[in-house]
Parts: sequence; structure tokens; C-alpha cells
Amino acid sequence: MDTAIEVTGLVVRRGKRAVLDGFTCAVPRGSVTGLLGPSGSGKTTLMRTVVGVQVVTSGTVTVLGSPAGSPALRSKIGYLTQAPSIYADLTVRENARYFASLYRLGASAADEAIETVGLTRAAHQLVADLSGGQRSRASLACAIVSRPEILVLDEPTVGQDPLLRDELWAHFRRMAADGATVLVSSHVMDEANRCDRLLLIREGVLIADDTPAAVKKAAGSDDLDQAFLNLIRAHEKVPA
Amino acid sequence: MILLSTIRRILTQLRHDPRTIALIVVVPTLLITLMYFMYDGQPRVFDRVALTMLGIFPFIVMFLITSIAMLRERANGTLERLFTTPVGKLDLLFGYGLAFGGAAAVQAAVAAGFAYWALGMSAAGGLGLVVLIAVANAVLGVALGLLCSAFARTEFQAVQFMPLVVAPQLLLCGLFVPRERMVGWLQGVSDVLPMSYSVQALTEVGSHPDPTGTMWRDLGVVLGAIIVALAVGAATLRRRTP
Ligand SMILES: Nc1ncnc2c1ncn2[C@@H]1O[C@H](COP(=O)(O)OP(=O)(O)OP(=O)(O)O)[C@@H](O)[C@H]1O
Ligand SMILES: [Mg+2]
Repeated sequence: MDTAIEVTGLVVRRGKRAVLDGFTCAVPRGSVTGLLGPSGSGKTTLMRTVVGVQVVTSGTVTVLGSPAGSPALRSKIGYLTQAPSIYADLTVRENARYFASLYRLGASAADEAIETVGLTRAAHQLVADLSGGQRSRASLACAIVSRPEILVLDEPTVGQDPLLRDELWAHFRRMAADGATVLVSSHVMDEANRCDRLLLIREGVLIADDTPAAVKKAAGSDDLDQAFLNLIRAHEKVPA
Repeated sequence: MILLSTIRRILTQLRHDPRTIALIVVVPTLLITLMYFMYDGQPRVFDRVALTMLGIFPFIVMFLITSIAMLRERANGTLERLFTTPVGKLDLLFGYGLAFGGAAAVQAAVAAGFAYWALGMSAAGGLGLVVLIAVANAVLGVALGLLCSAFARTEFQAVQFMPLVVAPQLLLCGLFVPRERMVGWLQGVSDVLPMSYSVQALTEVGSHPDPTGTMWRDLGVVLGAIIVALAVGAATLRRRTP
């Protein structure tokens, strides 16, 4: 199995705390990997490290064979931040076209990405005038516009209705089938079930790294929600 | 290519905000008209003050607009996201410099043209040089704004940089007290503030029909200050944050 993202002994300090403390994991190429964990456990921090915008204290993060943040990787990565990060004073299309242009892509790539997230009819609207869910989809459009090899998505489906969530996940699966590596954080267990692998993180420490089926089996529950709770609680009882 | 689309993006943002465009274009003209009436019957004084103000307005406006724009890029997460893309720091810095420099050129041309034709301001060296120096000053404002925004975490802080950066330059540039009449150490401070040179350059244009050596030297100093500010700005702009 080919590894796309390899994290070894990663320590990240933010403020006074070590948010990630000796984190090690590997994400296989061409897969959808779910990153799960309680709020504040370090999911966003790990993703920021993978896309190369986080100051790292120690450890190594390798993406497609290069150190995370290398210039060569910048054209191969798409990053969706947790809060929508697009220009509120531009229209959806202007945003998508700008981000497309950064990868030397034209208007058709932008329009395609807008179509994928179901915003074609709102494409001419200013982002400031969009609903919350539309705004995060506009942000998502800008992350997938370059059809990146590595797609890092921080809670991409928050605030979306079940139909849209289903379509977006079908799209992530399609991208992975085409060879992309998708790392996606989520709090929704029914989405976790659609991942190839799950990384469970608690207070900056990896507590599970397996397929959804294996995670459920190890936690002794058929329900992923319950399995997740079991694992978290099991780790609370055994202080590291 | 990335630089061009960044310039276009910044100008499009501006275009979606017609009120800001109106303020950029109209405010300096209004203030110069106000001075025209303040110095009613003293055309020589008006000439001197109006010329100086034509250099100072674009600086102040562009400094503020740039620091706020850059702060917004930071606060809404677009800066972090841009740094995961092939955008270079210089694409961003020059993008802002050129886009807002262009806006400043319009601002300076309107204000200078109005002062010249409607208010009878005289500038021996011609309007073209006045606008050129005003634009250089505006780009200096952009460059310093980019630099200062690196040190501001909030809008409140960003706004405080304006008196810190602008006020000393305004007070010591020779508009209120001629530079040669300041005490020695103040003159020394004035000597290292770039706006002193742009005001001197404008004064030269005001009193000499042909561009003087002093004027070109002053303009060169302003350009040098722009390059230094952009270079330090690029060095303080970090792709990685804690
Ligand atoms: N800029 C910062 N400075 C200091 N500490 C920070 C900073 N950003 C985050 N932290 C801390 O780092 C820890 C991990 O934060 P992170 O954003 O990675 O969590 P998360 O797992 O993404 O949470 P959520 O599910 O709520 O998004 C938290 O305890 C948070 O308080
Ligand atoms: Mg998060």
C-alpha cells in the first residue's frame, strides 16, 4: 500500500500546550481517511501541519515524498479550512476563478467546481449574501478547483442538508477512486462509515487507526457513535 | 500570471464596494477645497499647503486601506489558505502595491487636477510630476501598511498604527515648521522619515519649472523606502504560523 501522508513523532505546541504530542500516522494514497476526535483534540492542528502552514516543534510530516509545506506540493494540495475562507466581497464565481488562476487554470475549472458543490445558480451572488451552508460550499469549491492529488477537508459538510452531504461524499469517493488522497475531519459518524480508514485522535494522541469495521469490532459495538464513545472513555480511564 | 490575477482580484473587491471608491476619489478633493477657503486671499500659502497635502492624502488613505485589507486576509483565513497554494509572498505584496497604487493614481490625478484647474493652484513644474510624486507616496503608504499589518492582530491595533506611523511624518515633514528651523535632533529624525523627501520633492516641483536634481534624488529616496518596506514586509510575512 502506497503512503501519501506520513507523520512521525509530530509535536506541535500552540500557546503553552503541546496540542499534538508525538503523533504518528500514515494515510494511504487514493483513500478517504476520516479524522475523528472530540472538539479541541487537535484535528485542525494536524491538518494545518499536513498543508504546511503550522509551525512544528519536532517530528516529520512527509506528503507525497516531500516535507509538508514544500513549494512543489503547493500545486498538488487543496485545503478547506474549518471556517469558510473566501472573499466575502467577491461573487462565488470570482472567488473560484481567482483560486483556479493560482493553479494556472481557467474559468471552466472554476465553473466545474461550482457545479460540483451545487452552487451554479448562486454563482453570480456575492459570498457575503450567501446562506451559511452555501458559504461553506463556496469555500469547498475553491479547495477542489485544482483537482488536487491531496485534499485536506476540515469539516466539509457542516451545515449541509442530508441530500447535499450525500452528494458531496459521493464526490469525495469519486475523487479518491481517481487516485486522490482525501483526509477529512468530521463529527458525523454516518460520514465516518463512508471512509476507508479512520484516525481517532484524543488530546493530541492517536487512539485508533483502522478501517471503520475494525474500529467497531475493537470497541465492541456495531454503532460507530457508541464505538467512538467506548474508545474515548477507555482512554480516559488509563491515563497515558 | 498569479500576480496579474491577484491584482484583478483586489480591484474586483474594490469594484464591489462603490462607496469606498467614491470616498477614495472624492475625499482628498473635498479637503483641498476646504483649504482653498481656509486660505482665502493667501494664494501662495494655499499653493504650498495644497501641494504638500496632495502628497500626504494618498499616503494616509492607502496606508489605512492596505493595513485593513491585509488584516482581513489574515482574519478571514484567506491568507492561510493562499499560503497552501502556489501564491508567492511577492505576488501578494506586489499585487496590493500595484492594485492600490493604481487606485492612488486615480485619486491623485483627480485631486491634483481639481486643485489646478478649479482652485487655481499653481505648480511651476506641472501637474504630471505632482501626480507622479503623489503616486510614489501612495505606494509608500501601501508598503508600510503591508509591513505594519504584520504586527497588528486586531483592527483596533491596526488603526493605532496610523497615528504611530503617519503623525510623526506629517508633523516633521516641513509642513508645519520648516525643516531647517527644527532643533538638530528633530531634523535628524525628519531626515530618516521618507515623507520628508516626498514633501520636499513636491515643493521643488511647485517652485521650479523644470525637474531639479533634488527632486529626482528625493523621489529616489522614496522609491528606496518602498523597496525596503516591501522587503521587510516579505520577511515578516510567514507561511507558517503558531
Ligand atoms: N492559535 C492557537 N493558539 C493556542 N492554542 C490554540 C490555537 N489554536 C488552537 N489551539 C488549541 O489547540 C487545541 C487543538 O485545537 P484544534 O483546532 O486542532 O482542535 P480540533 O480538534 O480541530 O477541534 P474542533 O473539533 O473543535 O474543530 C485546542 O485545545 C485549542 O485550544
Ligand atoms: Mg477543528
